[in-house]
Amino acid sequence: MGLKSYAIFWFRMITYAFSGGRNFNLWVWFLLLLMAPGFWAYYHQFTEGLIVTNMSDQVSWGAYIANFTFLVGVAAAAVLLVVPAYVYHHQPTKEIVLLGELLAVSAIFMCLLFIMVDMGRPDRFFHVLPIVGHLNFPRSVLAWDVIVLNGYLFLNAHISGYLLYMKYLGRTPNKMIYMPVVFISILWAISIHTVTAFLYSGLGGRPFWNTAILAPRFLISAFAGGPAILTIAFRTIQKFSKMNVDEKVFDLLKQIVAVTMPINMFLLGCELFKEFYTDSTHVASAKYLYFGLHGAHMLQPYIWGAITMDTIALIIFVTPYLRRNNRVFLIGCVLAIVGIWVEKGMGLIIPGFIPSPLGDIVEYIPSLHETLICIGIWAWGGLIYSLLARVAIGVLTGDLKEKTI
Amino acid sequence: MSTTEKPRGTKIEKMTEAALAAPLKRRSFLKALGITAAAVSAPIGTATAVTDKLKDSNFWETYFQKHYKEMSAEDKAQVFARIERETKTTYGVDVHVGDQQPIPGVKFAYALNLSRCNGSRRCVEACVIENNQSRHEPQIQYIKVLEMPRGTLDPERGDLYYEGEAVPKNDKFYLPVQCNHCDNPPCTKVCPVEATWKEADGIVVVDYDWCIGCRYCQAACPYEARHFNFAKPNIPAEEINPVQGYLSNRIRPKGVMEKCTFCLHRTRNGQNPACHDACPTGARKFGNILDPESELSKILKEKRVFVLKEELNTLPQFFYYFD
Repeated sequence: MGLKSYAIFWFRMITYAFSGGRNFNLWVWFLLLLMAPGFWAYYHQFTEGLIVTNMSDQVSWGAYIANFTFLVGVAAAAVLLVVPAYVYHHQPTKEIVLLGELLAVSAIFMCLLFIMVDMGRPDRFFHVLPIVGHLNFPRSVLAWDVIVLNGYLFLNAHISGYLLYMKYLGRTPNKMIYMPVVFISILWAISIHTVTAFLYSGLGGRPFWNTAILAPRFLISAFAGGPAILTIAFRTIQKFSKMNVDEKVFDLLKQIVAVTMPINMFLLGCELFKEFYTDSTHVASAKYLYFGLHGAHMLQPYIWGAITMDTIALIIFVTPYLRRNNRVFLIGCVLAIVGIWVEKGMGLIIPGFIPSPLGDIVEYIPSLHETLICIGIWAWGGLIYSLLARVAIGVLTGDLKEKTI
Repeated sequence: MSTTEKPRGTKIEKMTEAALAAPLKRRSFLKALGITAAAVSAPIGTATAVTDKLKDSNFWETYFQKHYKEMSAEDKAQVFARIERETKTTYGVDVHVGDQQPIPGVKFAYALNLSRCNGSRRCVEACVIENNQSRHEPQIQYIKVLEMPRGTLDPERGDLYYEGEAVPKNDKFYLPVQCNHCDNPPCTKVCPVEATWKEADGIVVVDYDWCIGCRYCQAACPYEARHFNFAKPNIPAEEINPVQGYLSNRIRPKGVMEKCTFCLHRTRNGQNPACHDACPTGARKFGNILDPESELSKILKEKRVFVLKEELNTLPQFFYYFD
């Protein structure tokens, strides 16, 4: 009976996910439309090779890895809801925490897609698997990343899947089954972004990345950008679904960014001080990023735009008068997301390669193929989250519950 | 989904609910189970047929090829024969893929006399031809020669794109850089699948058929020694070097990393690397660091040698000196 009812649960979840009414269908079609050119571009990349990108031997990682880095942060940010909900029993947060965890699931899904499209030989992905493959653990930080990212996906899928199923059945969830996993997932969330930072900061040959504050910077920028994304997601859910998100949740998110955004800017300042005051030969990458180097300055407008956006967001977040106004706060959220996306995405990855270790200056801007593939993956993520959130809301509001047959 | 709007999708939902609500008899349930089992096993059956068909095709063999270090002698014979066959089909050239092994008691190292190097870049040319490197799109060259201003040894201050004809210029010196075959290699450490490693004779190699193309090793290398096949290599058929090694100069597949291997298909057979033999000034010295009588050992003992980016503790086995 248990297995059958579980199978029916899945069946009904899937049909429910795709029966959301006209507006929802339009949204799904819109996302599918965004994905289509991405498939075309990826087909080309798969058959021709990464030559369709603008990456080179000098700038060997680009937009894919930049987006990957940002999204690991989005996934980690779910912990900001998990801690108040499960550890401090903050009731309003508890009611929507699943929607945060599902956002983490979607973000990790996108991370894995970004890694897949970055691989020169995606057909050999199974080389990382145990037994059939040859994972270089524990020596390679990338091997650690494979483990922590997939582990985090599994942990969050387990927690949200179990709680949704119990709610669907109308049963009280057994704490022994999910609470230990919740505590593991809290530590695990920190680990995914730490390990991702170590990917870069562990390389002695790349002085721009080889800095101890990279992991703290990654975490704090995730805790500044993450709540901004959650705020926008929850406002959308509140507007377009039956789900009610308590204002106290938004207040909590506001309080978080009011602390994390200033710390984020402070750490950025620390990094800038170290680079420019020391003024060693290692300052070249930072110089390239902020002021241009030997006439090359493709990223300059990009990074100053990001810093401007971060600064405006910071002012909005720390000024109670501005923060209280929901509309202004939303603008702040958008600015913070875009600013952080630039600053820790392309703004971090690309200058690491410029100048190259032998002093070569090769600039990089994503190619058409890369752009379309990136848009496609973001649309994938949007689709996955929309479907997951729709099902979760159906279960949480009692729309979708087990019927006695 | 707003509360006022009538959802259009309810039709599917109603059908589902109706299907689920219909009394499900034990027998029909079992029947359904049987059908499902048949439906699942049918594709498995076809898959087995396909497997049988593909059993001796190149595709299947390549796909499940083992890591080099785990291959038996038979595995190797099969794989090498396949690579030779593929080269014949693609380029119409007969090649021999060998499996040159490290020689016990030998550890290779290189020393380069910067006083002699005249920046002719003959080494670069010889290397490209010897090692079957892609000529264009992507252009791959294992050796980069930097034209250096006096007063610095910082490669970042050199010029990679100097014009070749007028060399050597009076106020400049020339610094060729290739894989340093480090004793503490940052590149092999980061590889997530152990597709690259340091051999017993000190040579850092890549198993091109195991590499997943993540390019982490390229980010980790402080000497720009690693080169990625962004596309299928472009090599004129008549210029293909038929004397090949599985871990060195065989033609690389698309989407994998490659690098200098100290020409292991030559050096493990007692020859010198191609770059060594091509040097018009005798600036390059190659040899066994474990043999105290070798010219290389004497240079390391007598000259004031140095390595690039010593502060990174990569322990390069590629030394430079002036005399």
